[in-house]
Amino acid sequence: MAAKLILSMSGVVLQEYPLNKERMTIGRKDHNDIVIDNLAVSGEHAAVVTVHNDSFMEDLESTNGVAVNGSAIKKHFLHNNDLIEIGKYKLKYINDQAGASTAEDFEKTMVLSAPIHTSANHLAKNATGEATGRFKSVAAAQSSRIEKTITPQQIKPTVPAQSVKAPTPPQMPPPAPPQPTPPVSHQTGGVIQVLTGPNAGKELELVKNLTTLGKPGLQVAVLTKRPLGYFITYVEGATYPTVNGRLLDDQPHLLVENDIIELAGIKMEFYLK
Amino acid sequence: MNISQALEIVSSSHPGMVRSHNEDSVVYDASCGLVVLADGMGGYNAGEVASGITASVMFTEITDVLRHKSAAEKNENSGEDLGVVLLRDNVQKANDSIFYAAQSQPQYAGMGTTVVAGLFYDNHLAVAHVGDSRMYRLRGEVFEPITRDHSLLQEQIDGGVISEKDARFSRNKNLVTRAVGIDLVVKIEVHVHHVQVGDLYLLCSDGLNDMVEDEDIGSTLTMLKSNLPLAASQLIQMANDNGGRDNVSLILVKVNGEFAASNGWLARVKALFGSWIC
Repeated sequence: MAAKLILSMSGVVLQEYPLNKERMTIGRKDHNDIVIDNLAVSGEHAAVVTVHNDSFMEDLESTNGVAVNGSAIKKHFLHNNDLIEIGKYKLKYINDQAGASTAEDFEKTMVLSAPIHTSANHLAKNATGEATGRFKSVAAAQSSRIEKTITPQQIKPTVPAQSVKAPTPPQMPPPAPPQPTPPVSHQTGGVIQVLTGPNAGKELELVKNLTTLGKPGLQVAVLTKRPLGYFITYVEGATYPTVNGRLLDDQPHLLVENDIIELAGIKMEFYLK
Repeated sequence: MNISQALEIVSSSHPGMVRSHNEDSVVYDASCGLVVLADGMGGYNAGEVASGITASVMFTEITDVLRHKSAAEKNENSGEDLGVVLLRDNVQKANDSIFYAAQSQPQYAGMGTTVVAGLFYDNHLAVAHVGDSRMYRLRGEVFEPITRDHSLLQEQIDGGVISEKDARFSRNKNLVTRAVGIDLVVKIEVHVHHVQVGDLYLLCSDGLNDMVEDEDIGSTLTMLKSNLPLAASQLIQMANDNGGRDNVSLILVKVNGEFAASNGWLARVKALFGSWIC
């Protein structure tokens, strides 16, 4: 499904325009693809350039300018739901293939080669001549399945916070090693508190995906934050660390609240906050 | 130090969380310092066939030649290192095999593959690549790609059409501009790099670098470089935790010592009896 622009004014939808051309112009004069007959709009005001699944908004040196999501732009890479303002008119950019802007690369890799595709001209300007389009294999059919595997962490960085429409609970990938303990929600933060040694009493919040503990060369373990919870894994050293007095092996071990880890002679406690 | 002592190599491949097939192929030979990773494409099992042909052609042909020759030898005609010539010629050879298989068998029509291959010799690394499989290097604190994708997106970045920041959100990540096996001739990019002791090299398919940010890959390798098998499984787990939408494959190569080519009479003796040594 092609991306589209929805033209509206004062909340009333006027028209929908599918972006089915490499370059679509917006302006007051009749020859534009999107004609907005208003004196605040320049004759040729702006253009939308589309390359396969990506679109760019460009201001064609208009008198009154173009704003995207409230800021004036000269050239802008469009994201799904971007709001373009031209005078009192608003254009909403919709490109909801596979639902979220992180799902695009779900489609299988394809080769651009040999001649003739709609966007060939555009490419020729900035790329070598070989980059014209013939798709070797297309597998878009499964795109509806992809949304299930997107975790909330992935969505957050790409969507403004206020518009996160709490996605349906993500379906967690199956755990690599089967663990009898119930999964810990990844919303809660894990903390390590040092119990013995010179740093006794200190706390370490596990905010990063990976945190290493121990002394390099002597004994090191890594704590990993995963959708299923926090895991501890042996990294290096002649002996393995222990959890609640039991030696770890080479496999990751799921931590539960109040587990006592002993590493390089230091005891520490894991808990959630 | 001979090359198999100098290099520590680990590889891993996983179909990911969504796909049933694994179309990636990885192969390496520590005694010759050869690493090859290919990410195939094409319907049914054609992708696996294309990447499999590439991995096996490169492996068989290159290890065969290096049994009685050194990759550091200069080619008489071009003056290039034999290692460079071997990589280039054998990617082309793989290309021919795939192209003719695709021509003669309809179920393989249009199959192709990316490839990234490295050959370590004489304290150098020759890297050949086609498509969007990458090689990265961790040297000291710096983690960076040492290959540049042959993809529409990379060309757009180079041409100033799209910024690197915006490119993360592009929906055109899956378009490569070059591939092995789709035409009679393939354009192969080859570069030679100096290798330093302590370097860590990562070869990966786009299933890793599309799912995990470079920064996170780099910090994971920095933290876990003392345990390569763990680093490999951790990276694959991160790609899968983030959705695992594609096959994820990688090879890690850590340089633990120097591996200068031996010259003079010893090399000649080795060349004579080479078939027993390599």
